[in-house]
Parts: sequence; C-alpha cells; structure tokens
Amino acid sequence: MSLNSIYGEILNEHNLRPSHKGTLDAPTIMLEGRNPTCGDDIFLQLKVADDGTIEDGSFYGSGCAISQASVDMMLDLIIGESRERAVEIAGTFMKMIRGEASEEELEELDEASVLKDISHMPARVKCAVLGWHTMEEMLLKGRSQGAGHEDHCTTE
Amino acid sequence: MSANPYRKDFPVLMDSGCIYLDSAATAQKPSVVIEAEKEFYETMNANPLRGLYGLSVKATDAYENARKAVADFIHADSAGEIIFTRNASESLNLVAYTYALSTLKPGDEIVTTVMEHHSNLLPWQMAAGKTGAKLVFLNPETDGTIPDRELAEKITGKTKLVAIAHVSNVLGCEHPVKKIADLAHEKGAVVIVDAAQSVPHMPVDVKELGADFLAFSGHKMMGPMGIGVLYGRMELLEAMPPFLRGGEMIESVSLTDASYAEVPHKFEAGTVNAAGAYGLQKAIGYLREVGFDFIRRTEDALTEMIFEGVKDLDYFHIQGSPDPKKHNGIVSFTIDGVHPHDIASILDGDNIAVRAGHHCAQPLMEYLKAGSTARVSLYLYNTEEDVRLFLEKVKNIRRFMGFES
Repeated sequence: MSLNSIYGEILNEHNLRPSHKGTLDAPTIMLEGRNPTCGDDIFLQLKVADDGTIEDGSFYGSGCAISQASVDMMLDLIIGESRERAVEIAGTFMKMIRGEASEEELEELDEASVLKDISHMPARVKCAVLGWHTMEEMLLKGRSQGAGHEDHCTTE
Repeated sequence: MSANPYRKDFPVLMDSGCIYLDSAATAQKPSVVIEAEKEFYETMNANPLRGLYGLSVKATDAYENARKAVADFIHADSAGEIIFTRNASESLNLVAYTYALSTLKPGDEIVTTVMEHHSNLLPWQMAAGKTGAKLVFLNPETDGTIPDRELAEKITGKTKLVAIAHVSNVLGCEHPVKKIADLAHEKGAVVIVDAAQSVPHMPVDVKELGADFLAFSGHKMMGPMGIGVLYGRMELLEAMPPFLRGGEMIESVSLTDASYAEVPHKFEAGTVNAAGAYGLQKAIGYLREVGFDFIRRTEDALTEMIFEGVKDLDYFHIQGSPDPKKHNGIVSFTIDGVHPHDIASILDGDNIAVRAGHHCAQPLMEYLKAGSTARVSLYLYNTEEDVRLFLEKVKNIRRFMGFES
C-alpha cells in the first residue's frame, strides 16, 4: 500500500481546510470522543430537527490529520440526512474499515472512501473511526452532554 | 565517524532494512543475546533454585552468575542487593508496595518531578493514596533543568521518599541525582532512581549516585524483554516485607503462616526468568565490549547531526536543551501543522521507526503544553546514514501533508 493513497489531496484538504470545524450556535446534541492511546480528542455537535433530520453539524478539538479529516468528511455525508440514514452510513464506513465494503458501498461513502486502506495501518484505525464512533454513540445510544460535561466516549 | 562496526551484530537491523530510531522504547538485540536464550533452553533448562540434580544446578548457576554480573555492572556492594523483576515498572512497583506502604504515614511527603515516566509516577500516586502521604512535584525549566530553589523548597524534613528519573525519556536531560540524593539524605529521605534511560547509555554507579533504590529494564539495554532489575541497599531490603508471595520465596510454610527466604529470593516469588537473566548477562558483556565511550560518541555525533540538519527549518521544534550533548540520544520534536502521529505514519512509509505520542509522560506534555511529540532515540547501532535518511524524509513531511513548504 502506498501512503499516498491515504495522505492524498482529499485527506490533506479536509485536514488543512475543514468545512465543519468550529462550534454550532444551537446544537441539540453533543459528545466528546477520545482516543486515549493517541490523545485525539474531538467534540462533535449536531443539530437535529424534530423530524429527525440532521440540519447541521460541527466538530472541534485536536488530533491527527486522519481523525480530523475523517470527521470532516463524515459531516459532509450526514448533514441533511435523517438520523437513521446517518447511522446506516456509519455502518457502511465501519464495513469499509473492515475491508468488507462493496464497490457500490465505497461509492456511497464518496470522499471518505480514501480511508479504505487504513486497515493496513492498524495503529491508525482508531483515528479514522473516532468521529464515526462518537456519532454512533450519540444517535444510537442516545448519549449526549452539555458543554463542559464530563461524559465522553472512547475508541477503547 | 567511520562505518559502524557493531550494526552487523543486530539481525533485525540487517534483515528488515528498518531505520530504527526508537531505542528509548526498546533496544534491538545483538546475536549474542538472542543466542543466549536459545543456549539456556538447549543446554541448561531446569527450574532454578529447586532441583537437586545437575541441570537445575546449571540453571541456578546461570541465574545467580547473572545477578553477580549486574551487581558488578552498577557497582552494588553484593549480588544480594540485585532483585530480578520483569522490568523497571515492576521494580518501581515493588518499592512502592513494600517499602512505601510499610513506612509512609499521613503527612509524609513523596517528592518526584512532573517529567517522570508514568511508571515512576503511578506507583507513588498509589502509595500516597493508601497511606495518606502527599505527592510533591519538582517543576523543571523547559530544558528539563530543575532549579536549585525547587530542590531547597520541596525537599524538606517531611520528605520521606524522593523518586526521580536519572535521564528523562522525553527531554533526554540527565538529572543531578547525586546532588538531589545528598539533599534528600540530609533530610532523612530515601532516594529511588528510575535508571531505565541511563543504564543502557552511561556508566552507572549506585554508590556514587547515592541511590537507595535503582530500577531499570533489561530490554532497553539490549537484553531480552521480561527481565528487569531492582537494586536496593541491603539494610532497606532486609527490613521490607515481601512483594509477591508463592513458590521459592519461603523458608518454611505451615497452613496458616510462613517465614520468608533471605534477600534477594524473598522478592522473587515463583519460577524466575533465568533465560532472561542469562541473556541480560550477555547484554552486559556486549555493552562492556562496545564501551560507553563509543556509545556516547556515537549518540552525541548523531544528535548533533539532527540539530544541525533542522536548524534552518523554522517549523521544526526540538523539545528540551538547545545543546545536543545534553540529550543523551533522545530528540523529541514537533512540526508546525502536522500531528506527531502523522509524522510517525509518514516516516513509517519509508521504513523509519520513530515514536509519537505522550511517551508515557502525559503530565510533562501538559507542562510543556506540547500535547504530544514525535521522538527519535538513538543507540550504538545507529549510523550517519540512518540520520541522513531521517532528515531527508522529515523535510518532506509538510509538503506531503499539503503545505506549501
């Protein structure tokens, strides 16, 4: 595997100039996700409408290019979708990480599919899934917190 | 510097093509150490210290000779002052669970620094928590130097233990253990030295340092993994309760009671790592053959080459002293805009192994406001070519990550 297939233009662009980095004015749910071994630390905020549509989303925190770009690409994919659809996309992403996604599924993941070879870098898998895992915890298990709250999820 | 005459002794370096720059995590092993473990199991394997037959006597001799070799190597008074453990972490835990728990009282103070490896911090947190003693932290300057006023202010009549690394695994700086020990002893405190990063790289004399306890790992000094050392002053060891309880550490046992074996066996419950000890002895022999002069020269020259190679890169920051000679072959660094994990992954793409993260020293990272760093750590088998390749690749990282320069 060439490193260039991961650290390419797409990942670098999302890392250097993320579209969704920052804070939302009125998030409805928020959760901190941590990678204890790496020190990656992100706060994911979503604004979910009454009908379940994810109207907006953002993240802030610190971490490596893979964790930062991955969450930014994730937000590109889920903003405008329903909660259920977002969880479904996360499932497809996890499938890709395990090397089990079909060609169609990879297409569905759009730019996030640049991370499909991350399984060849086992030390970095947790970085790639941090944002996705945090979103699943929020949407599937209903975990959330207010700003400054102690609760957080981890990739351990 | 001419070609490195020792590199050929390290099969993994010759066969993998890896540019190995992570020796502070673990050192590579020379053939003589690898062969020693094989030799032990092929020619003298039996349970040491128990059997009354030839093979067991051989195994016992190998194990006890290794103890003598270690004692000699760090200038202990006797082999009995050497306890074999699994690693430096276990050695430090042994002191915490036995000496510290049996002597500390509420109000006593344990002095350590903010730049310790977690293995020289967490055992003291535990001991403080269980006894009501208080942890007191020495704060260094950004180059790792601990100011004299810190020592004078914090090592007091309340101080019962001082636990300090000989060499920092992040900044590479050597602490003035002798000076600290003198001060601690004046106040009646006992000094515990984490020598995991010094014993592999410099001559260590426990008497000269004034160490009451000194801990290190075999694997960082080219010995096998799973063998470590605790040195302790005999009178302290004799007064301490055992650590783990079980086989081969007893004198006699009844159903409700036991009396314990003499030091050092009191602290070595269960079947010991005799093959590891035998391998460690070979590693010591190898270190003596190479000599600390060569090690120092090699590490200093290569560290200087790194400093020189990056001095014009305004985005490249080295943690610690600006003097390469004060780094003991350890260079922690950051690159503006690039996370250390990305640095390590990108270098790994070129088969260059560096460490990235908090180096098991999270409090220091916070103190330095570094978050995390990447780290190069050198040893006797590294070459100018290793460093040349590292410099060449590291200069491309920012471009690789999409920066203009």
